[in-house]
Amino acid sequence: MSAVAMPSERDAVPGAAEPILVVDRIVKRFDTPDGTLTAVDDVSLSIKPGEFFGVIGPSGCGKSTLFNVIGGLLDGYDGAVRVGGETVRGPHPAIGMIFQEESTFPWRSVIDNVAFPLEIAGMPKAERYARAGHFVSLVGLNGFERRFPAELSGGMRQRVSMARTLAAEPKIMLMDEPFASLDEQTRLLLGDKVLQIQQELKQTTLLITHNITEAVQLSDRIMVMTYRPGKVKRIVDIDLPRPRTSEIVSSEAFGRYVAQIWNDLREEATRGLLDDESRKLRAGGPS
Amino acid sequence: MSGPIPFSKRRYFPAILGLGSCAGAVLLVELLVYVELLNRFIIPPPSDVVAAFPRVILEEHVLSRFMLTAGEALAASVLVTIFGVAGGVLLYQFNLLRLATETWVAAIAAAPLVLMYPLYLVIFGRNATTIVMMGFTAGLAPIILKTLEGLAGTRRVLINVGRSFNLTPSQQFWKILFPAALPTIFVGMRLGLIFALINIVGVEYLINFGGLGQLINELAERFDIAGTYAAICFVIVVSIIVFMLTERLERWLRPAG
Repeated sequence: MSAVAMPSERDAVPGAAEPILVVDRIVKRFDTPDGTLTAVDDVSLSIKPGEFFGVIGPSGCGKSTLFNVIGGLLDGYDGAVRVGGETVRGPHPAIGMIFQEESTFPWRSVIDNVAFPLEIAGMPKAERYARAGHFVSLVGLNGFERRFPAELSGGMRQRVSMARTLAAEPKIMLMDEPFASLDEQTRLLLGDKVLQIQQELKQTTLLITHNITEAVQLSDRIMVMTYRPGKVKRIVDIDLPRPRTSEIVSSEAFGRYVAQIWNDLREEATRGLLDDESRKLRAGGPS
Repeated sequence: MSGPIPFSKRRYFPAILGLGSCAGAVLLVELLVYVELLNRFIIPPPSDVVAAFPRVILEEHVLSRFMLTAGEALAASVLVTIFGVAGGVLLYQFNLLRLATETWVAAIAAAPLVLMYPLYLVIFGRNATTIVMMGFTAGLAPIILKTLEGLAGTRRVLINVGRSFNLTPSQQFWKILFPAALPTIFVGMRLGLIFALINIVGVEYLINFGGLGQLINELAERFDIAGTYAAICFVIVVSIIVFMLTERLERWLRPAG
């Protein structure tokens, strides 16, 4: 029987205290019919290996733009993104991305979806299926290997996407509101799964979200962004014990963090709401 | 405890329903001809059509004619698929080409191309090549348009997944764009093959050359109405074979979704 080495923990970069991901003074502007729009303005952050970093902000604050800039899907910005000291210019093999929209390949079974990055890397079939099977099991989808995405629930499909990204063994995993389309209970349970995987693999993770509970449940630090242009308003350290589960949401400390972040966010969210309404009025839309 | 599966939920029920509806329609026509609501000199009773089958098979060499039409249809299908899909890909890759020609291609799809047969007779002569090329010309535009639609309609997030895994342009096409577009491409193929088959049989009929179209022409000119309808049934068999082949191909290329 051939033994396939399964990754139990991501390789730490040399000098573990050094940040693995540095976002340095990113400014991203878009040309719109109403003029130039600054989506992200002078955003800097650094993430240490194994850290779970949350980014939270109201709708339209440039979170997804930041996600695409870090993931290398957007160019034409000022500033720099560095992974392990290397400047990122386009998609980087050390960065894995999980998208907000459903992104499994409907024509591939669960195991073939998860094996996709290994197939691209040219790994032999037997080895890639063994390795993909490990990640399918890690996200708790044993027994569903031969099913197709159309046969799975939304939460299961997001777990397939997660397993597919993890199979590429990225040093940093970016997640853009991965549970946004799921109900609250599934969201909490999937949060548990993410925590378990993150703790097992010591996976450096950057989570983009607008859900305060989710951000506090999962993160070591949370960056709160302002509404348009998206700037860093504050970075909050979440000093909750690890390993964590969704039971943490009922603790007093958790409630304090949620309240603190909501205090920061409320003003920005109100600004966003007013701006949205005034734009609709200008456009002659519903009042 | 779950009870037995209702008959209407069984796997073979749709096929039985389809065949049953067909048999019902045939019986209805038989009845309408019998009570003289339909003129039997225009629409023969289905029982006469069934009775004409042995005569058409034995006396009119229907097998060789069937094989000729099926061969022409297959040749046109292969050509139209290769060039149609390639054309759609080309229009997707080069936006200027797309902007310059998409309207023309759509106009060609709607044009009565069968009227071009005299030109094809001059170019290729009175032979099977003319018939195959007429089928090819008629089936090309829908496949080009649907291929383009399928590729352009690929969800952005799937393309971004490919980009995030650093796929080369060739991998991006073969691993993501093409399989994502396949269902739409197959819709185009089915449309294209219908157009191709109509034109193949139509030109066989018009130039009185080989195949089932010529047989239909000959039987119609002899006022053998039941035989004409029996020959039309063989055209339907060709159509069913072509459709079954495309379905098999689609299931093989894209087992789910």
